Amino acid sequence: MSSLQLTSSGQLRHFLTIEGLSREMLISILDAAESFTGVKDRSIKKVPLLRGKTVANLFFEPSTRTRTTFELAAKRLSADVLNIAMSTSATTKGESLLDTLRNLEAMHVDMFVVRHAQSGAAHFIAQQVAPHVSIINAGDGRHAHPTQAMLDVFTIRRHKPDFGSLTVAIVGDIKHSRVARSQIHALNTLLTGEVRVIAPQTLLPAEVESLGVKVFHSLDEGLRDADVVIMLRLQRERMEGGNLPSEHEYYQQYGMTLERLQLAKPDAIIMHPGPINRGVEMSSAVADSPSSVILEQVSHGIAIRMAVMSMAMQHDQSDSTRQVST
Amino acid sequence: MIRLVKNGRVIDPGNGEDRIRDLWIDHDGMITNDASDPSKQLNDDQVIDAEAHWVIPGLIDLAARFREPGEEHKGTIQSESAAALAGGITTVCLQPDTLPVIDTPAVVELVQQRTQFCPSPHVTMLGAMTFGLKSKQLSELGALKQAGCVGVSNAGRPITDSQLMRNILDYAVSYNLKAFLTPIDVHLARPGCAHEGKIATRMGLPGIPHAAETAIVARDLTLIEATGINAHFCRLSSARSVEMIAHAQQRGLPVTADVAAHQLFLTENDISDFNSNAHVYPPLRTERDRDALMQGLADGVISAISSDHQPHEADAKLAPFAETEPGISALETLLPLCMKLTQEHGMELATVLRAITSNPADILGVPGGTLESGRVADITIINPQQEWTLDREKMLSQGKNTPFNGWPFKGMVRYVLLKGQPLYSCH
Repeated sequence: MSSLQLTSSGQLRHFLTIEGLSREMLISILDAAESFTGVKDRSIKKVPLLRGKTVANLFFEPSTRTRTTFELAAKRLSADVLNIAMSTSATTKGESLLDTLRNLEAMHVDMFVVRHAQSGAAHFIAQQVAPHVSIINAGDGRHAHPTQAMLDVFTIRRHKPDFGSLTVAIVGDIKHSRVARSQIHALNTLLTGEVRVIAPQTLLPAEVESLGVKVFHSLDEGLRDADVVIMLRLQRERMEGGNLPSEHEYYQQYGMTLERLQLAKPDAIIMHPGPINRGVEMSSAVADSPSSVILEQVSHGIAIRMAVMSMAMQHDQSDSTRQVST
Repeated sequence: MIRLVKNGRVIDPGNGEDRIRDLWIDHDGMITNDASDPSKQLNDDQVIDAEAHWVIPGLIDLAARFREPGEEHKGTIQSESAAALAGGITTVCLQPDTLPVIDTPAVVELVQQRTQFCPSPHVTMLGAMTFGLKSKQLSELGALKQAGCVGVSNAGRPITDSQLMRNILDYAVSYNLKAFLTPIDVHLARPGCAHEGKIATRMGLPGIPHAAETAIVARDLTLIEATGINAHFCRLSSARSVEMIAHAQQRGLPVTADVAAHQLFLTENDISDFNSNAHVYPPLRTERDRDALMQGLADGVISAISSDHQPHEADAKLAPFAETEPGISALETLLPLCMKLTQEHGMELATVLRAITSNPADILGVPGGTLESGRVADITIINPQQEWTLDREKMLSQGKNTPFNGWPFKGMVRYVLLKGQPLYSCH
């Protein structure tokens, strides 16, 4: 897969998944993001790196937060931005997804930021587009959400820079979560000391250990001595699908409270990709506590997305050969 | 016309024959031992020189789809017949999942008639167990049998209602119809598109657990025992299913099973780059499952290898993985893959050839699958030494959807005779 998102000289061409990227690549993304964090404090919040380029936000799933931060990131890089909200019903067939793409390509878009309900959608689009077009995955099914994972490790690095000494616990619906998968790959690539997942078996995918995590079914046991606790969002449909009995029971068993937070390290930080269901994943007291870095995550999202977009657009254009799907 | 296939290595695994000899075909297109009149002058076009070639019974494929009627954008009787013959296949068994479904004699007759207009292999059909394959109401199984259906099938559409399944089997017994069962529990499988294991977990694809197959194998074995029907399990994918069926066979239950050729070569690893050409149903599973399927074949628990041919138009595979249609265009790779089993995977030649000739003939109850004197001269002649590489654009099937594009193969079909008539040749 890495061959699809990297040029032959190892530069970023698309950003589809964390999997297969080197530790050096992740660190260079984090370092680039660090340099972009200052842009927001300027009186003119813009750098001209993508001037004259057109970025299309192609969202097949509704999203406000992620789309907005991508839009802001592109605008701060001086790109022209198109927002295209596709209703999923109109594009349940692959033909129309391809047709949509061909039409937009004809408008000379340079970069697509894609969110889609199907795993592998960004890969599929990357295989189909013209050589000069870059694809940024803004979330595909349960597969990957690499910019979210990068902003999460960026936030962690700002608080706790030595990944090797960290224990990171991810709590909640790992099974259906593209965020969790990308976080696990990013944390393991950065050689994090221990990555834990904490969930009932119904919210864990088969053979989850193979991703390089330690599994806990008990929140209390899994939290012990954690440096970082990442709470995942719980979707309502998990109750209908029979994965869970009720939000009430979930909060009883896996909800984060100030008391439970005591089990983690005293300086532990608590994270959430948002938006939070207060009283389901965590109490309001935890969300608003000094341990919470949730709002920092949001603002780091812009810097990370600026970093990824500028890197993907700066690859040597002559180097990019069209990937032919087989 | 009398014909002579000269000097070939005649391999008739159903009869344990494997030797170099001449093979004669009489006026009626039947194989004969009677080469009585040596003075008889044969013209050149009556003699096929098969020196250094294998002469085997024409292949019998338990599961193909020609897509006609209803989905001619995927394949037609003409295109897929040509593909079958090029693949050395002389009898195909069509699945009932056409549009309309093969659930009335009218559709059976329509397909039978259309095969008359082009060179085609013998075409047999399975009737749908329920109207429209909707798992609600029994089809007119008696009428389907009279129209020529060799068995009845659910064609991969699960029958979750156990009472309905029991009634189907009871009713089919009354007409001495064999049941062809594709075991899948839709509730356990939905919304999966890949084997539930570490690859699907990594790729974020919804999984289909082993239990989706084994739960229904267990239920159906119970119902087979209760009803006394002859049954065949189609396209197994799981090691545990092989064990369960082996156990049932040991207890004397009249059950057989087949495996799709691709399940013997591919595993879940082959979808790891979202390769939609390896999207199949039931899904590709683990190496352990593949090894167990191979062992089941060697042990005779699985007695047939099928193509599970499902041609698609290009668009059907051009989408994010879960949205692509499952299936492989497989008529032209059935024999090459089977040869690979003997060349590279240590399978005994006779076992493999039986699994694509005499065994499926027995399972379907159709003629062919043998080179015995007095039987129909459906014959495939192979150059076993010829090496070639699969180029999907050169396939005769309208569907170019194959995960085996670019694979090297050894052994190529040279002639195919149907009732003694050469319908395909390749030089």
